[in-house]
Amino acid sequence: MEKQYQNVNHAVRKKDAMQLLLGKGVFVDDLAPRDALTVKLLRSPHANAIVESINAEIAKKVPGVVDVFTWEDVPQTRFAIAGQTYPEPSPYDRLILDRHVRYVGDPVAIIAAENEKAALKAMKLIRVKYQVLPAVLDYHTAKDNEILVHDEADWELLLPVGGDNRRNLVSVDEMGHGDVEAVMADCDVVIDRTYHTKACQQAMMETFRTCTQLDRYGRLHVISSTQIVFHVRRILSRALGIPKSRIRVEKPRIGGGFGAKQTAVCEVYPAFVTVKTGRPAKLIFTREECQTAGSPRHEMELRVRLGADRDGHIRALDMTVLSNTGAYGEHGSATVGLTREKTAPLYTGGLEAHRWRSEVVYTNLQPAGAYRGFGATQGIFAVESAVNELAEQLGIDPTVIREKNMVREGMQMPAYYDNMANACALDRCMSHCREMFGWEQRYPVRDMGNGKVRAAGVAMAMQGSCIPDIDMASATVKLSDDGTYNLIHGAADMGTGSDTILSQIAAECMGCSVEDVAVFSADTDVSPYDSGSYASSTTYVTGKAVVKACGELKEKICAVGAKMLSCPVEETEFVGSGVRHTVTGKEVSIADISYHAQCGNTVAVQATASHTSPVSPPPYMVGMAEIELDRETGHVTVLDYMAVVDCGLPINPALARAQAEGGIVQGIGMALYEDVNYNAAGRPIESSLMQYKIPTRLDMGTLRVEFEHSCEPTGPYGAKSVGEIVINTPGPAIAHAIYRATGVWHRELPILPEHIALAKVEE
Amino acid sequence: MEITVKLNGRSVSALIEPDLLLIDFLRAQGCLSVKRGCETANCGLCTVLMDDVPVLSCSVLAARAHGHSITTLEGLQTEAADFVGFIADQGAEQCGFCNPGFVMNTIALLRENPDPTDDEIRAYLAGNLCRCSGYEGQLRGIRNYLNSRKG
Repeated sequence: MEKQYQNVNHAVRKKDAMQLLLGKGVFVDDLAPRDALTVKLLRSPHANAIVESINAEIAKKVPGVVDVFTWEDVPQTRFAIAGQTYPEPSPYDRLILDRHVRYVGDPVAIIAAENEKAALKAMKLIRVKYQVLPAVLDYHTAKDNEILVHDEADWELLLPVGGDNRRNLVSVDEMGHGDVEAVMADCDVVIDRTYHTKACQQAMMETFRTCTQLDRYGRLHVISSTQIVFHVRRILSRALGIPKSRIRVEKPRIGGGFGAKQTAVCEVYPAFVTVKTGRPAKLIFTREECQTAGSPRHEMELRVRLGADRDGHIRALDMTVLSNTGAYGEHGSATVGLTREKTAPLYTGGLEAHRWRSEVVYTNLQPAGAYRGFGATQGIFAVESAVNELAEQLGIDPTVIREKNMVREGMQMPAYYDNMANACALDRCMSHCREMFGWEQRYPVRDMGNGKVRAAGVAMAMQGSCIPDIDMASATVKLSDDGTYNLIHGAADMGTGSDTILSQIAAECMGCSVEDVAVFSADTDVSPYDSGSYASSTTYVTGKAVVKACGELKEKICAVGAKMLSCPVEETEFVGSGVRHTVTGKEVSIADISYHAQCGNTVAVQATASHTSPVSPPPYMVGMAEIELDRETGHVTVLDYMAVVDCGLPINPALARAQAEGGIVQGIGMALYEDVNYNAAGRPIESSLMQYKIPTRLDMGTLRVEFEHSCEPTGPYGAKSVGEIVINTPGPAIAHAIYRATGVWHRELPILPEHIALAKVEE
Repeated sequence: MEITVKLNGRSVSALIEPDLLLIDFLRAQGCLSVKRGCETANCGLCTVLMDDVPVLSCSVLAARAHGHSITTLEGLQTEAADFVGFIADQGAEQCGFCNPGFVMNTIALLRENPDPTDDEIRAYLAGNLCRCSGYEGQLRGIRNYLNSRKG
């Protein structure tokens, strides 16, 4: 019988729900000062060019234009805008404005004006003479190309991840266990396939945006739609050349992040304007800028060799991954690592050996960044597709082949740093999903008699719950003066509901209701340090910091209670409603303690605790898709998508379900609709939501998500993560269903109707 | 040029540039619920009611609103409060940025068709994008609200 809780594992409403649903002004552009200067960026029309000359004199004369800044005006210290813990594995390869522009969209000038109209008029009047250079547009030819994306002498890599700007390399890596070639040679069958995923856009509804002003102390006050307030402070300090003590960064509500806002894509520009002019400034990216100069998923080509016995035992996995980071190296080395780390361990039950080699290269295309799934999505599409290909080739039910090989609770995972799978319900996820979906009935292909066929596909997934020993979080819990609590932390609720989830954890610890916890985040001046909300870390890491802080606070409350009860603190216990004298049973209420603590008292009734984790316990998931495919047109309709998720104990089942459903629909978009193309000059074609088709509610069929609980001993109340894993199964599951319907494997996403209609059935 | 608009039941006159979009006029009037998500009339975030009919305020000139009645979510707080709690119970508001347009269009739907089927709901709201929720929770919330009205 699972333990029953008062606050966690309950579908509590989000604390900001009614403010959001009633349209209150809680986002960056709602909070920007009315007199903020409008900041606009003139962007390069060329994929690779040197700014030979730039003349902004006429532009500056436009009424309302305050100033125009060019590469000659900005500090010459290179920095990275990836939101990662210092020292970052991303190269320091950027300037605020660089004379060398490296992709179509790279900023050339910053315009600050009293209004948007003046800024746009000025933009047209800036005269730039470019020396246009040949560009690296094909990432297959990037390594050791004679054209260098970064030929600057001050290119810098703080960590040894194998990068070399003289070779267009951001990182080179190799890992594995066992002797792959020996095991492979002993296998009955070896599958050798190459897969391709594109630079998909997060397409959060609120584009990148930041407003900046000088506060009452003359410090730079930045309000930004960001997942990483502390990293933004550090990045701005280096980029602008001003001390961190002169910068304050806060986030209001965020209109979606999905990893996009784990990179400081837009913050430096308005911050620079405010520093130069002393005036409030704001930069609101247009959707076109968001699509063409954002921070999308790394395009990857993944070669997978899978060795197995005839009976379906998967014995060896060999992966070679080429990742395209575009013009700047943000998150390049980190994302590619997850193509191995979040795939090979899934098959711990079978794998005797695995090997993984990767290269991340620069090209003159839009720089990539972090997007939900972060490399795991690309890796899982490849490996899960290869496992499906193997199963179909061997004539084994793809759910059965997985059961033969999957990781199970209690196994040690050689491909996951020898961690133990302490909480793993993947086997239960599979059997539960198979039953809920009706796999036996739906897996066989059904001809509907009208040119349409119905078919099904399956995939598994895992992710992590933090970056172990690096991600860290802190929480402060204070007793307020009516016996309620304040929870202050530095993680970033980007719509996920983490503020509410962390409040539920605090309420469970303190034995109060969630309403009695007032939550605040995130502000570098106020919040205790948190590395930020990414890597699926917030519930798992920040949640545990909340548990620790509450434990320390209880001791302090008991100390005050002991004085009031005139007894030694050892004879008291915290009981939620107050502090009880264990000998006499006498109790003082928490409200009375809070008032007592405000009068002649020296015990601070607040506690701050930090947490980090040496392990990153994986959540697990099984997803199944049923499609109807029109054989004539190639049109695919997703009928049903069902999934079962093991995220440990869901702290808030409604919010965990919303994460899962939202992630699945993003995954469906990646599988079927969201295409990324460039013209011959390197200009992105899908530059609007008219061209980049994210799913509408007519495009995703019916979703059903259920949970299989496990109990992660290192997580708060047994919780693991849920935010990222949920995007990983639709790609391989839908590609599998399309194979079932057509006999053709599509190894590149998205799979468009024309690809299906024009494809020939393989021999 | 000068326009006069009945904004949320109150007559508002303003001097505007001829090319001002309705969305920017409304935000300048303090109607911060009106959000811009795309600039290409694809996302539905900027939906407001013009003479009680839903329109995309990013695709209407403010001058067109002269002499008309415009309703934003600021003007429908009571009517909206009735039903948005059901969305909150699903956690389907998520980041909230698309919420005002979704709420406005749902109100328009339910005024037109008080008892829609699931397919009618999906079709009517097809132009309201949401990147967070996966839509399913929004549908459950609307369904629960309709069921609650039936008692």
